[in-house]
Amino acid sequence: MNALVNLAKLFKFNGGVHPPQHKQASTTQPIRVLQANLPLVLPLRQHVGNIPHLRVQVGEHVLKGQLLAEAEGGISAAIHAPTSGTITAIQDALIPHPSGLPDRCVTLQPDGLDEWTALTPIDWQHMEKRAVVASLRQSGIVGLGGAAFPTHIKLRSDGRSGIHTLVINAAECEPYITCDDMVMRERAADILRGIAITQHLLGAERCLIGIEDNKPEAAAALRAACHAADSSAQVIVVPTIYPSGDARRLIHVLTGLEIPSHQRSVDVGVQCFNVATVLAIYRYMSFGEPALSRIVTVTGNVARPGNFEVPLGMPVSALLEAAGGVLEDTSEFIMGGPMMGFSLPSPEVPVTKATNCIIASTPSLFPPAAPAMPCIRCARCADACPVSLQPQELYWFAKSDNFDKARDYKLFDCIECGCCSYVCPSNIPLVQYYRYAKSEIIAQDRAKEAANLARERNDFRLMRIEREKQERALKHAQKAAGAKAEASKIEPGKAEPSKAESGVQHAADPAVNVAASPASAQAEAAKKAAIAAAIARAKAQKAAQAAQNTAAVTPAVAAEMAAIDARRAEAAARAANINKDDVAEAAAATHVADQDSTTSPASAQTVSSVAPNSKEPS
Amino acid sequence: MSRSPYLSSAPSVSVIMLKVLLALLPGIAAYVWVYGGGILISLALASLTALLAEAAVLRLRQRPVLPFLMDGSAIVTAWLLALALPPLAPWWLVVVGTLFAIVVAKQLYGGLGYNPFNPAMIGYAALLISFPVLMTQWPSPLALAKVSLSFADQWHYIFTRSLPLNVPVDAISSATPLDYLKTQLVLQQSVSDIRNTPIFGWLGGRGSELVALATLLGGLYLLHQRIISWHIPLAFLATLTLLSAAFHLLAPELHASPQFHLFSGGAMLCAFFIATDPVSGPTTPLAKLVFAAGIGVLTYVIRVFGGYPDGIAFAVILMNICVPLLDAYTQPRVFGHEK
Ligand code: SF4
Ligand code: SF4
Repeated sequence: MNALVNLAKLFKFNGGVHPPQHKQASTTQPIRVLQANLPLVLPLRQHVGNIPHLRVQVGEHVLKGQLLAEAEGGISAAIHAPTSGTITAIQDALIPHPSGLPDRCVTLQPDGLDEWTALTPIDWQHMEKRAVVASLRQSGIVGLGGAAFPTHIKLRSDGRSGIHTLVINAAECEPYITCDDMVMRERAADILRGIAITQHLLGAERCLIGIEDNKPEAAAALRAACHAADSSAQVIVVPTIYPSGDARRLIHVLTGLEIPSHQRSVDVGVQCFNVATVLAIYRYMSFGEPALSRIVTVTGNVARPGNFEVPLGMPVSALLEAAGGVLEDTSEFIMGGPMMGFSLPSPEVPVTKATNCIIASTPSLFPPAAPAMPCIRCARCADACPVSLQPQELYWFAKSDNFDKARDYKLFDCIECGCCSYVCPSNIPLVQYYRYAKSEIIAQDRAKEAANLARERNDFRLMRIEREKQERALKHAQKAAGAKAEASKIEPGKAEPSKAESGVQHAADPAVNVAASPASAQAEAAKKAAIAAAIARAKAQKAAQAAQNTAAVTPAVAAEMAAIDARRAEAAARAANINKDDVAEAAAATHVADQDSTTSPASAQTVSSVAPNSKEPS
Repeated sequence: MSRSPYLSSAPSVSVIMLKVLLALLPGIAAYVWVYGGGILISLALASLTALLAEAAVLRLRQRPVLPFLMDGSAIVTAWLLALALPPLAPWWLVVVGTLFAIVVAKQLYGGLGYNPFNPAMIGYAALLISFPVLMTQWPSPLALAKVSLSFADQWHYIFTRSLPLNVPVDAISSATPLDYLKTQLVLQQSVSDIRNTPIFGWLGGRGSELVALATLLGGLYLLHQRIISWHIPLAFLATLTLLSAAFHLLAPELHASPQFHLFSGGAMLCAFFIATDPVSGPTTPLAKLVFAAGIGVLTYVIRVFGGYPDGIAFAVILMNICVPLLDAYTQPRVFGHEK
């Protein structure tokens, strides 16, 4: 019932900006489908999470839709062949990533036949939900808004309280980008089918489609499709304000729910998907078609801007050709929008699942920033920040390497949306400072973790030595007691109390060690075990807390940290003889193993040098 | 490396400062109308001094000179100081005050963006402490209207302190209405009697109230252009109004009316141009309100109970001290966090 009340009203977040839209240029023509004819270069990691496990070899012939690499570990996504052809290379190549670093890629030489492998549609209506979601792991589908978070993980319902609302992110708030807009105009019916499937899998009672009011055609198409499909999904037109497409902001605008900083949207009963993602879910379920292509906006300084359905792995340069070629003065190519995108290291990098938009840029289109002046504390940035941060303070702390303060001022809640830089009269590249501070803090945290781990390992080693010593002493004492030796006989120093805690091994002092009776030794050992258990508990707790501090980091890093935590907890448990279940629980308590894409995918840019991202809040 | 966002919408610092200067023009025009062109000489002197001083210090500090001169902040400081000084103040007073404001209060702290105190007010306070008599001698618009003091005469007076023979000294150095009110109150006069003297107009001092009105107009322009937010002007003016209204209602014969306080002295200049200096002011909306209310209270207290005729400069400086604290304790709730 509450839900209905909420619907009547939209909610606002602080700040936001209104950059010029520039969306018309690329919406004049329908989506054009491109065929794969050039060699396709498929980065193995096109998503947030683990690099998938390669299933093919150089020289192998593959069919369109065939699995090339399989999802590995918790957060990962599969890679498939976008067309039929031969694998000609598996090597490191440049990928579209701000770091400009190469990563492992599979090169596929198309044979021009575009021959499909056998596809198996999923009978999602009749299969058990869990099995349906599990099958999605093979689909290679990731969030197509730019965050590229594996979709199957967001659909898992294990151990979660009920999800009441499915939010469909159709805001597409970044300037220039129109791929979602065009998909909605042209494929609204299929999107609605995808929504039905997603809603079914989540068990959500309602579906809210949030779309900015600068896309009236798309909104009308969706409404018509809702009507035609007799769907209960509601198309809710929200004011155009950047970054309303950020998942947390959009959920707030639509539902009034504010997802607590250290929680995910599912914790408040909401899950959010991009329109193109639900469309991909539909295609997978209905036709068994995995993620092979995506819609990319090509705009800016090109002859014929527009949207293209592009086979993954196609070089950006070919895409630019398809858009009529780049015009004079083009100086660089931006992937993503102008607010959160990044410059491509080369136009030869391939299109990936995260490539939502390519902008051919000229110095006049995006003039280089004027030299930065000192901050004049005008607070325009604070007025613009959608997270209600104090960017001018964060800037100050980041600049002076005062990272503790930066953390106190919630640096990790920053979504790197760029609103602050956009309005700063002193032209300060604020977001760059935040990226820098975040990566520094994460690096420090990691170093600390590593040091802790090493220290703990040493502690355990000492503890183990101590325990063995005690066991020996115990045995010895028992033997001695059993042999009814003379009362005067004293065994020197084998039951010395543990000094493992301090890490110092004292030589046994025979003078202190009077009578090591079996009873006292046993009591001692029991007490020590109890203490060790308590320490382990405390440590696990601390680990959980530490993990929370950086909870808003990229899932990739988070997963790694979780792994470290698990290792620590396990080691601690081993020492304290806690059973395995408790270990699992401790690791789960760290709460980071499966982050969803709503948590600042942006920081991927700072942190991991390989995870592709453009994290445009669509 | 990503350099996003690639877009920028912001007016540059220079544009902001330019608009501030623009917004000061109505006030200056009123000044010229009421007191004659002498103020223009002060403004020019102050601007020149500020630019030269800024350039010299920047060079000494081995910082780029041109971009910082172009930002316009030095001229804003210079103009604010010149407008706060008596219109026919001797040239060296203007120069010394500006030097102090730019060199000590601004550049010694690190230049634009780093000064914890409002430079113009530091310059003003330094002059007030060092040359109290000169600082309280204002031309009387009433007397000026009767004599004809040409621009050349004013020029002459500013540089040589000599007047044409037919001009009485008290035309150019009498007490301000605020000052007059205070001294007369000490002499047991009632407010209504004092206000009947011809130097008072219908709001504040005759003539000076026009300057205040014109300044208000410029301030509204700044608000409209979103160069300043409403928090500081509103909180300051409201506090001053409320306090003076309360005292006025309690003892109308001892305390001047709210409109007198609003349109006398530097109240309007403070509300829109001085207290709103972003560098030395707070950043959070709540802190701005408290900061400006504090200036309002202090201004009133110093005006009514203190030893100085106007309290703006000291009120601003005192509240500048509180800024870090105010900001720290008024952090807005971050999205997704409990307060
Ligand atoms: S917008 Fe720029 S100059 Fe203004 S407070 Fe923020 S960082 Fe400082
Ligand atoms: S980049 Fe971060 S600090 Fe700047 S406006 Fe966005 S969320 Fe706020």
